[in-house]
Order: sequence, then C-alpha cells, then structure tokens
Amino acid sequence: MSAKRLPARAGLGLKPQHYTQILETVPDIGFFEVHAENYMGDGGPPHRYLEAVCGRYPLSLHGVGLSIGGEDRLSLDHLRRLRSLIERYRPQSFSEHLAWSSHGESALNDLLPLPYTGATLDRVAAHVDQVQQALGRRMLLENPSTYVLFAESTIAEIDFLAGVAGRTGCGLLLDVNNVMVSSVNHRVDPFAYVDRFPVEHVGEIHLAGYDEAVDAAGERLLIDAHASRVSPDVWALFRHTLGRTGPQPTLVEWDNSVPAFDVLADEAALVDAAIASAGSSSGAPSVRRMAS
Amino acid sequence: MSIVVGQEAFAAAVLDPTLPVPAGVVSYRGDADEKRFAVYRNNVHVGLVGVVAAKYPVCATLVGEEFFTAMARLYVASHKPTSPIMMHYASDFAAFIEGFEGARPVPYLADVARLEQAWSVAYNARDEQPLSIGHLASLAAEDLGSFGLAAHPAAALVRSAYPIGSIWSAHHAAGVAVRPGAESVLVSRPGAEVNVTVIPSADAGFCGELLSGATIAAAAAHTLDQHPDFDFGRALVGLSSIGAFSSSTRKD
Repeated sequence: MSAKRLPARAGLGLKPQHYTQILETVPDIGFFEVHAENYMGDGGPPHRYLEAVCGRYPLSLHGVGLSIGGEDRLSLDHLRRLRSLIERYRPQSFSEHLAWSSHGESALNDLLPLPYTGATLDRVAAHVDQVQQALGRRMLLENPSTYVLFAESTIAEIDFLAGVAGRTGCGLLLDVNNVMVSSVNHRVDPFAYVDRFPVEHVGEIHLAGYDEAVDAAGERLLIDAHASRVSPDVWALFRHTLGRTGPQPTLVEWDNSVPAFDVLADEAALVDAAIASAGSSSGAPSVRRMAS
Repeated sequence: MSIVVGQEAFAAAVLDPTLPVPAGVVSYRGDADEKRFAVYRNNVHVGLVGVVAAKYPVCATLVGEEFFTAMARLYVASHKPTSPIMMHYASDFAAFIEGFEGARPVPYLADVARLEQAWSVAYNARDEQPLSIGHLASLAAEDLGSFGLAAHPAAALVRSAYPIGSIWSAHHAAGVAVRPGAESVLVSRPGAEVNVTVIPSADAGFCGELLSGATIAAAAAHTLDQHPDFDFGRALVGLSSIGAFSSSTRKD
C-alpha cells in the first residue's frame, strides 16, 4: 500500500486472533491499526502477518509507550525502534498520546494525565518536535481520556492541543470516546468540546466503548475500556464531529475482551455508513480527506 | 497558589495504594477523590495482570483463573516493567512461582511457566534459517567433533522432573495422555510456527552442552558417560531438524 494517507473510512485494530481470517477473507475494511509496541520483537509470526496485512491494507501505527507527556527525556532507544518500524512498514499514519506512561525506571503500562500549564506545553511541544525530527514525519497527537484534573492547570485541554499543533505542525487524533469519557467525568458538554476543537488539524478519529462506574461522591464516572460496542451517545457525538471535520479515517478500538472479527466488521460498517452520510451532506469539502 | 504535582509523586501513588491521592489531583468538584484516582491504579495493575495471563495461558488453566489472578497480582505488586514493550514483561515469572508458597501443591507449575516463557521468546525471536542437515553432513566430511553449534535465536531447552511437554500439549490438542515422569522439551521455531518437542533425556543432555558452548566431541563424550548407548549422530540430525541450531564454528 503506497497511499500517503489513510482513507476516510472505517479502520479496525489488528488482533493476532484475527490474522488468518483477515488474510483468508480480505474483508472490505479501510485500514488496520496496530500498537507499535506489539511489533517491537525481533521477528516471528507478528511481523510476518503484519507484512501480509500491509500488502493489502493501509496501516496506522499507533504508539502507546513513548510517554510524550512525561517529565523525563524521551527514550532514544524507543524512538529508534519506532523509526525502524516506520521504515519497514511505511504506515500511512503515526500517532501517539497526550499522556505519560514511564517515569524513571518504571514503565507504568497506562496512559497517565498531565497538568496543562505553560511549562507542560513547552515540554510536550519540544517532545513532539523531537519525535517528528527523529521519525522524519508528521505525527498525530491524541486527546486523552481522564478521570482527574490538576489544580495547577491553567490552559484548557483544547487550547493545549491547539498550541502543540500550532507550534510543532503535528496533526491531532480526535478520540471521540475520550471526549465523551472526559466530558462526562469533568461535567463539561462533549458537543461544545467538539465545537471548539481545532478540526483543521484532525487527521484521524477514534471510537470505542466505555464502561460505567461511580466516583467517591457516588457520581457517574466513565471508564475508557475498549471492551464493548460504541455507545449510542458516542455515535451521536461522532456524527456531530463528522459534520465539522468532514469524512475522516475512523478507527474502532476494541482491545479487551476482543470479540469475533465479524462483530468488529459490524462496527466498521456502521462507521462507514456514518461517514458516507456525513460526506453526502457535508458543506465543508475543503477538509475532506479522500483516499488517494 | 496551587500545588505542582510531580510525576514522581503521581507514579508513586499509582503504584502504592496505601499512599493518599497526591495533593493537587482533584475531581471537577475540587476534592481529592480516591475512586477516581483508583482508576489509574486499577488500569496499571489489571493491565499488567492481563499481560502475565496472556503470556502464561497454560499455567492459568492449570491452577484456575482465580488462583492465577491472585498469584499474578502478587507478582505485579513486586515486579514493575522496566520497558514499554510488554512482550518482555514477566520473563522471570517462573522463578517467582518457585518461591511462592501457595503454588507448592502444583510442583510442575514453575517448569510449565519456563516452557511458556521459552515459547514467547521463540514467537518473537529473530528470523533465521536453522542449521540444515545438509550443512551437518558437510561438517561430517571434516572433523565433526571439533565443531560447536550456536543456538538458533528461537531455540530453548527446558528440562523438568515433570511431564511438562505432555501437560502443555494436552492444553493445545485433544487426546494427549499425560503420564508421570521427567520430560525435556526443545522449544524452537524452525519455520513459520513455534514448535514444542519432547526429546529423549540423553538428547536433552547433549543439546544442553552444545547450547552452552561445548564442542560436539565434548558434548557427545559427556552424554555417553551417562547413556552408554547414546547415538550422537542420530541426536544431531534430530535436533537440527527441529531447529535447535543456527550455525557451526570450528573450536580448535
């Protein structure tokens, strides 16, 4: 696949349990996305399958371990590993998170939140610059799902993301489920969040299912679980988002309790239908991303 | 004046549930909310337990999900990953099981974990053609005994006083009988897929010596001491055919 961009269609996470079915049936999916860290082994079946899938579909490489929001310096070893994956697979997109996941010697295996201040904006922008230089390409930075806020924060998340994009030229990955989770958790209007989002930087959308919980005050708390179908309220927010962004490559994330591939394909078909109807009614053709 | 929350303090509180929520980490109401912060603690711990369970599926089946999860939680509490690449996490889980009192009634569990760790290494190992029988034959034309054989990147020998190969196989295919007794297993990936092969005890001894650097002559002599009817030629062909070795080096 030599297209430079992901197509403005539904994509799915590539899971090992679906490798053979995908290669045997070649389902009509716009692209596949993998977590970069799962392909940082030296060889073996993961690389063989990824190579085969890459021969048939566009690829989105999604990092979860770079710790761009970390206080520590970025790991040069990790950047080298990412670069070698990018050189080998030539993905149409590389994205990472506005979060941190490593501190000192510990890799925490979760995407942890950071305060939004002038100092953290400087740091994240410097890290994004470093990533783009090391990888020789533009990256997308994803808005996080969060459960807490920082008293020290002085910048709204959207302004923080717009600031990083403006300073570094990076694109943004708009995770609509994360918008819902964070907005419900912090009692802001998710539609207003999307309305204020700098859509001119958006290069991909993520969707996923969330879990329901309650906080210590007994109030509703959403958990970004990636373990179920996309919720009706997130579908509504996605359709609203498409009205602003125009058709976008849109991934359905399902990383835990992964179901049969057909269930994922059903979700992808719903995404494609939403994109098609947004495309036919969109009044903003200038921001459409067409498959090339 | 608000408090600046360093990531050192945040990480420490995520890893240690007895610590309070770091000051300055708040809900939208402005209060420190233990349950909100606990989502991060839970994500880290449940995520790592999931990594361990995915890497050791036969062990998990052998002791049942509840016991396995409790054991993996204890492991996770004292062993934090040092790399964001999770395929490398919990490589020393077998040693942990060995020292874990609660696992004593299942004495073969640690060795089955060793086999599963070897499987995981083999799955992700560098791709390389194993040493061929043809190459072996060309060595035989020279002074075969003076050669050493380097381990294939995917190859690992796991020797056990328990029938770990049969136990492992019984979890992957129906109709495998498990009889008591020691088994040695060579985990390898000669081609596309990982193989788990039970090999004779003499071959395992011979293979172990070769993998730790002995010449063919020295490994064969040691093995013959304990197994007088050992046929090293047959063993070499057998081990090579399942992908134990990658290359030969003359050692004299």
